[in-house]
Amino acid sequence: MIGLDAGAAFNDPALCAMLRDRIDAVARTLPRITLMEVCGTHTDAFFRFGVRGLLPQNLRVISGPGCPVCVTPTATIDLAIRLAAERDVHIVTFGDMIRVPGSNSSLERERARGARLDVVYSPIDAIPLARAEPQKTFVFLGVGFETTAPTVAMMIERAEREGIPNLRVLAAHKLVPPALHALLSNPALRVDGLILPGHVSVILGSDAYRFVAERYRIPGTVCGFEPVDLLRGVLDLLEMRASGVPRITNAYARAVSPEGNRRALAVLDAVFEPEDAVWRGLGMIPASGLALRPHLHHRDALALLDPGEVDRITREARDEEGCLCGEILCGTALPPDCPLFGAVCTPESPVGPCMVSSEGTCAAYFKYGEGR
Amino acid sequence: MSDGRREILLAHGGGGRMTHALVRDLFLHAFDNPALAPLEDAARIDVTSGSIAFTTDSFVVSPVVFPGGDLGKLAVCGTVNDLAVCGARPIALSAGFLLEEGLPMPLLESIVASMRRTCEEVGVKIVTGDTKVVERGGLDQIFINTAGIGVLAPPLPSGAATVRPGDCILVSGPLADHGMAVLSARNELRFDTTIESDCAPLWDLICALLAAVPNGVRWMRDPTRGGFGTVLNELAAGRDFGIEIEEAAVPFRPEVRALSEILGIDPLYVACEGRVVVVVEPGSAELALATMRSHPLGREATQTGRIVCDPAGRVVLRTRIGGTRIVEVPSGEQLPRIC
Repeated sequence: MIGLDAGAAFNDPALCAMLRDRIDAVARTLPRITLMEVCGTHTDAFFRFGVRGLLPQNLRVISGPGCPVCVTPTATIDLAIRLAAERDVHIVTFGDMIRVPGSNSSLERERARGARLDVVYSPIDAIPLARAEPQKTFVFLGVGFETTAPTVAMMIERAEREGIPNLRVLAAHKLVPPALHALLSNPALRVDGLILPGHVSVILGSDAYRFVAERYRIPGTVCGFEPVDLLRGVLDLLEMRASGVPRITNAYARAVSPEGNRRALAVLDAVFEPEDAVWRGLGMIPASGLALRPHLHHRDALALLDPGEVDRITREARDEEGCLCGEILCGTALPPDCPLFGAVCTPESPVGPCMVSSEGTCAAYFKYGEGR
Repeated sequence: MSDGRREILLAHGGGGRMTHALVRDLFLHAFDNPALAPLEDAARIDVTSGSIAFTTDSFVVSPVVFPGGDLGKLAVCGTVNDLAVCGARPIALSAGFLLEEGLPMPLLESIVASMRRTCEEVGVKIVTGDTKVVERGGLDQIFINTAGIGVLAPPLPSGAATVRPGDCILVSGPLADHGMAVLSARNELRFDTTIESDCAPLWDLICALLAAVPNGVRWMRDPTRGGFGTVLNELAAGRDFGIEIEEAAVPFRPEVRALSEILGIDPLYVACEGRVVVVVEPGSAELALATMRSHPLGREATQTGRIVCDPAGRVVLRTRIGGTRIVEVPSGEQLPRIC
């Protein structure tokens, strides 16, 4: 169980009030400021604790590409659906993925039509499933950032070690730093500071973001998820903006070290290697995805399909027309800017992935009644 | 069982000897009362003059036995509580059993025993019933439908239309225990927690409350599926008042809070099966709270919020740190098959 007393200190009203006063004082010295959270859990936390309404008028917080389900391109969903149609294939996935619309269907719909699909909370849970039914092939949908990728790598390592041949992965993980490069290179994006992802940074370490300050001259702060964390992160960014010296600070030092979790990174490196990857909204980003290393080719779920068919499915994948998920993930549009938001696109019948995932920006705006 | 068989067979639902043996030896034995005993096609019940309340609910919880209760207790409490929050004294229930071929007889017996115990606690009788058996795989172990009749006699809640700004919102105890207990009992999650379902029949508590503040109770609801957040939205929707709740005053047990945080579930929307949300006029709030707290099922009763003018039709939560957020009706199914 998590430490509840520790949690209580991180929403201490007096401490929050003090941080707010300091934020107000610094904000008065600044022009209009836009901060971006690069993590879907932050998007939710800002709403959930009512922090957005406590921030000064000239401060705006927008969301970036921080929802792993959301940045997964339609082609990956289509490939998962195609794999689910294979005889004797079981799909194993995190819950959010099953509702994301592909070009023509979703895994949820395929399940209703008879596809075999198990929802798990941890990739390790796929091990007993695969062991229990050796005649079936189990495919884990490897979606997520540096946070979940090491657990999938561990799943693969265990399957190798324990001789479980019938477990494969559809490798679609994404890496955060290359996406930040792509994002910050976009001249259309105006941000004055980045609220950097807490969970991803536990693995990566805060040093991984130094390029944000050094190359793009934008301050960043690694942030936790409690009210005090959020306010402290915002204050750090405003103070750096005011001083004119961009740096990367760590407001989540109780969980994040400068160098990250070396053991997790080592497992990741043993199983996966970087490859170019397509992100919804951001497009192709060099070395931003993870492919299985060549000696683990027998774990690649796509090897179950004909290569020509994989190419065709990838080429023919199409997003819903009018859906602004891509722009929203880049921070160049907000959910209420999308004509589909709240009207055609709702959590009950989502058009784009940002409305599906609990980490999606549109889902958060809808859930908390913003822009409706 | 006299036939010596230890699991349910299709023949138990066939209407023949085995059906009769099951009804006689299990159901009639457990629920024995004058209205049920003749085993006629319909039960005859005497009612005093006035109105009755009538409700029905089906129960499909998985797993059927969970910390703090089982399907049988739930099937009685769910219907009894639906009557109770209307101010109706439960007098008679029906019970329809849908059984899967192969259901272990001891499990069915323990569920029936638990229904009997809960009925005795409330003073309500199961006066009519039905049993069907479907082939293995046709359903998951056992589903139960109960319908209930209650007698409406003053004092009664004055109704949602009488709710106005200034009224107080009380809850009878910590929220979300039931949903989280069922969820943590599911094998696939493999969580070891100490959370127990709050599943309990509320009539006794509600009866005491109505007697203590006969003109003070405006509206009551048991926050089952959809939880406290949904119940408040149902009250506020389309009205010319809003609801404001204080995050710090919404009671959740630490274990519930921790588990929901780990699973990413908002406990505001998680079901209770033994709690009641009460709107009382401000002058009655103190006595209403004291009355609930003096009852075993309301010991942890507390005021969580109040009815406000603005924003009309919406539920606003004031966070611990002084921020606000809107509490919307939840989307989709957070937790399937918890009741």
